[in-house]
Order: sequence, then structure tokens, then C-alpha cells
Amino acid sequence: MMERRIEGKNLGAQALVAIGRVAVSLFVPIVAFVILWAGFVFLRDSNASQGIIALVAIIWGVGGVAMLFWVADWVVNRLPVMAAKKLQPFVFVGPALVILAWYLFLPTMRSLYLSFFDAQSKTFVGLANYVFAFTDSKMLESFVNNLLWIILGTGGAVGFGLVIALLADRSRFEKVFKSLIFMPMAISFVGAGVIWRFVYAYKPAGEDQIGLLNALVSLFGKDPQAWFTLRPWNNIFLIVILIWLQTGYAMVIISAALKGVPDSIIEAGRIDGAGEMRIIRSIIVPYIFSTLVTVSTTIIIISLKIFDIVFTMTNGNYGTEVIASMQYKQMFRFYHYGRGSAIAIVLVIAVIPVMWYNLRQFGKREGF
Amino acid sequence: MARANVKKSNWTIIVNLVLLVLVIIWSIPILGLFISSVRPQDNVLTTGWWTVFGEHGELTFDNYRQVLGGRGYTFVDSAGNTVRASGDNLSQAFLNSFTVTIPSVIIPILIASAAAFAFAWMIFPGRKFFFTTVVALLVVPLQIALIPILRDYQGLGLTGSYLGIWLAHTGFGLPLGIYLLYNYISTIPRDVFESAFLDGARPMIVFSRLVLPLSVPAIASLAIFQFLWVWNDLLVALVFLGGTADVAVLTQRLATMVGSRGQDWHLLTAGAFVAMVVPLAVFFGLQRYFVEGLMAGSVKG
Repeated sequence: MMERRIEGKNLGAQALVAIGRVAVSLFVPIVAFVILWAGFVFLRDSNASQGIIALVAIIWGVGGVAMLFWVADWVVNRLPVMAAKKLQPFVFVGPALVILAWYLFLPTMRSLYLSFFDAQSKTFVGLANYVFAFTDSKMLESFVNNLLWIILGTGGAVGFGLVIALLADRSRFEKVFKSLIFMPMAISFVGAGVIWRFVYAYKPAGEDQIGLLNALVSLFGKDPQAWFTLRPWNNIFLIVILIWLQTGYAMVIISAALKGVPDSIIEAGRIDGAGEMRIIRSIIVPYIFSTLVTVSTTIIIISLKIFDIVFTMTNGNYGTEVIASMQYKQMFRFYHYGRGSAIAIVLVIAVIPVMWYNLRQFGKREGF
Repeated sequence: MARANVKKSNWTIIVNLVLLVLVIIWSIPILGLFISSVRPQDNVLTTGWWTVFGEHGELTFDNYRQVLGGRGYTFVDSAGNTVRASGDNLSQAFLNSFTVTIPSVIIPILIASAAAFAFAWMIFPGRKFFFTTVVALLVVPLQIALIPILRDYQGLGLTGSYLGIWLAHTGFGLPLGIYLLYNYISTIPRDVFESAFLDGARPMIVFSRLVLPLSVPAIASLAIFQFLWVWNDLLVALVFLGGTADVAVLTQRLATMVGSRGQDWHLLTAGAFVAMVVPLAVFFGLQRYFVEGLMAGSVKG
């Protein structure tokens, strides 16, 4: 009798505790949600001054994400140990996966699907869009140009980056030199467009030139040129802008790698009587080779996706079309979703070799 | 010995000279922009910017007053006439750029560092598959996503909202963020975690007390990257923020100026320089971290 009562009491108490736990487990997320919702409504409807709205928006946005992580972790730790252990990694990786799926993965799959349909995405056309992508004369032109961008753009940026890093390593004014070379990295493509107009600007012969390049050409008694219509050299004038923008990036990373070359190896080379050039070629470059590959990879991807420079400077005219600008035009000017999607997929496929190289680095790491 | 010294000092002089030439070539375009931005309108259009060092020496800050000012303002032009012009109100766009940029930098870094931590140090089903997919997404051109996402936003009422553009920048910034931070976090010595996990510390604690503080160099360099990218972005802002002036960011205003004031190069140059000031300040301020963090992410030794 007694025992039973105690047992009953225990059961009741346990049930109460369980209910309490569930209630608390639900209560916390609900409170978090209400706070977020209140912030959202305030931001949507408020007439406060711009400064206050901006401040609230920043706190709400950043705080909200941090709170979501904290609440998710809190809830998972309420669960039985086995379930908690299984779910724990997804508290960390889940938000990233959801956002990536929404913003990049599903759109890519959708493009793959749409690339087999016509302009209005209504009729199945098989590989017709891909046939277009590989036979259209403008497309072929853009392939050749992109190849030029990859070879000259990457070669130029990495080459200059390497030379400047090597030289700066031997100079007392290293920091100043490196900062100035890096500066263009901070400039938007729109800004770079404005800047380079003052280099490439053209006025007919006899007038005062306001573009630097034509002023120099005139100085040597030659006729000024409209650089952007000068096939096929106009592509190179555009690539120069990319080299100008990206050399700083290559230089910073290569320079950092140079600092990691042990002095003892270089010293050993000197003792063996190797000259400076020989040391660079046979010791330093092989030592930092993996860094050179990483930097080249990044810039190859940038060259392959190059869009803004072409779009703002020549709009793809005069034989300067590239793959990304063709894709943009098919998509947003001709509204041919099939072709636009197919070109985008071609672009993704073109990067597969680069991607494959990067994936090899994801080794057999052990986790906890 | 003496001969070696002579040789060495000649060598350093040559090195510094070559560097100086390269640096001058690299800086000339920016110098041209800056000088043009402080020249009177007529001069910008008729003579080269380098002539300020000679006959066309006059300088003015009118261009800056005009692009930053909100409503109309008056100034006296070169012929002595009083001219009334409407300003471009870049001050407002400046504030908008900050509102867009700050969360668009912090949110993806929070999410990416959590994911990178899980990829590097936790075991879960699909780990390798998910990581492969993340790296693969590095190369997807974001133009692919614009139309589908815009359609989703219209359904959710997110178009033209700050939340919408923060999430978009987060989505497009995550692959690089996870990739860079993974490279760094996975090189933290195993013993650091071993003792913590053996002591029974929860992963969230390990993450916030150990991983985040240890990853500061990588996080700082990623922050600079993401900041430069978001601040300088035009396409994403154009598509998701829409064209209204009260939310438009600097690059949008600048692009509008290129369109509507294509001939007003004196204003374009001032506007372009205003847009450059913040990224340059951020870059020079955080430069030290930048190098360290990039090092860690890319140099395998």
C-alpha cells in the first residue's frame, strides 16, 4: 500500500518533471521566435530615423543568428544522450547546408533541368541549347577570349605577384611597396571602370588627349587609338585591368609563403656556390610550389567567371565577349532561359578539373 | 669582403628601383582618379589630369560637395556664373552600404565557422559528400541563382528588404567562407580538442571558447574578403534591393551616376573615390591579420 503510493507519487512526479522539461524546451524556442518576429515587424513598419533603423537592423540580424545557434544547441542538449550526440553536428553544419541548398545547390540543379528546354522553359529540346553553346560564332569567340583571360590574366597576376614578392622580400621598404600594389584589391569593378577610362580614353588626333595611353602615344608622334575597338588587342587591354586588380592578392599570399622558406636551405645553396637566380629557380620556387598552385587556382576561377570588367568597359562588343557575359545576355536581355542555363552549366563543367584538384586535398581526417 | 658589400648594395639599389617603377605604374591609375576628382568640371573633360602639375593647376572640392550633398546647392563656376545643381546624396547611400555590409559580413562568418568546425572535427553521416558539394559550389556563378531566388523572395515578401540581401550575401559567401575556415580550423592541433572533449565540454563550448578565439587570424582575413566583396558588389544589390533611393547602396548610386551623368566625369571620379575610402581604410587597418589568415588557409607545408 505504502509502496504503491510512493510509486504512484514518483510516477506523478516524473511525469510532471517530464512535462515541465518539454514545456521549458518549447518555451525557450518560442520566446526566441517571438523576439525575432517583433524585430522583423519593427523593421518592416517603423518610421524611425534611418540611423536608428540601421542600428536595430544590425543588432537584430547578427544577434538573431547567434541566438538561433544557441537555442538549437540548448534544445539538442535537452534530448536523450544518444539522440543529442547524433544531432549535435547538425546544429553546427545544418544552417550552412540549408542556406547553401537554397541559394546555390537547388538553383544549379534547376538550371541543369532548364538547359534542356526552350526559351520559355516549356518544350523539351534535348541538347539543342548545348549545340548552340558549342557552335554559335559568338560563343566560340567567347571561349577563345576566356582562354586568353585564363592564360594571360592568371599568368600576368601570378607572374607579377611572384616577381614583386621576391623583390620586396629583399627590400627595406617592403611594407610600403606591398601596400601600394595591394590597393587596387579594395576597389569595386564599377570604380575600376571609372579609373581605367582615364587611361584608355580616346579623342581624335589633334585634340588634347585626356586618356593617359593616348597622351603617351601622341607624345611619340603616333596617332591616338580607340583602344576598345582595336581587335584582337582590345581583349588584352581589358585583361590588363584584371592583372592590375589581382596582382596584389597573388603577391600577398606568395610573399607569406616566401617567409616560410627556411633560411638554412638557402644558406646551403649559397655555400654550394649557387647565384641568386639559381637559388630562386631551384630552391625557392619548388618550395612554394603548392602555394603557387593555390593562387593560380583562385585566379583561374576568377578569370573563368569574369564578367564585370567586360560588361562595364565594352559590354562584350568589338569581339570581347566572354562566357559569363554571353550567359547574362541570354538570360536577362534575350530572356532565353534554356540557352542561358546551358551556358551556365558549361561554365560549371569547365571548372571541374580545378575543383577536382582542390578536392584531393580533403584528406582522411579523423573527427571526434 | 669589401667587394661583396659593394656588390650587395648595388643589388639592393636595383631591387628598390625596379619595385619603385612597378609601384608607380600600379598607382598611376588611382592617382589619376584622385586628381581628376578635385579638378573643375571643364578641365576634367578637356585636358589630361597630369596637366595639373603645369598650366591647369586649379583645384576644387566642389565635386565632393555636390556628390555628398542631399538637396540642391549652389557654386560659382569657372566663368563666374552662379550655378545651381542637384546633389547625388551619397551620404544616405553611405549609411545604406553600412547597413547592408556589416550583417552580411558577420552572419556568414558565424555560420561558416560553425560548419567548418563540424567538417573538421566532428563525425556525422554524409560529411565527405557535403564537404565535396560545398567546394563544388565555389565555382557556381551566382548569376544562376538570381532568378529562382528572386521568385522565392517575391513569395516571401523579402524583396527590397535588408534581411533578403543579408541572406543572399550569406548564401553566396558561404562556400569560400567554409573552405577558408576549414583549412585553418583543421590545422589546429588535435590535442587542443582532445583534452577539452575528455573533460566533457560540450561542442558549443569548445566552439565558442576555443575554436573562435584560435581562428581570429583566419576570421579576420575572411572578414576583409567578404567586406570588400559585399561593399563593392553591384549585381546582388541591384537584383535583391531594387532601385528605390532610400535603400540604394553606394555602388548602385555610382552605377546610376555612370548612366545618368555619363558626361559628368568630375562627379563620377569624386563618387568613385568616396566609395573607395571605406574599403581602403578597412584594408589598411586589418592588413596584419589578412596576411596571417591567408597564409594559414593556403600554405601547406
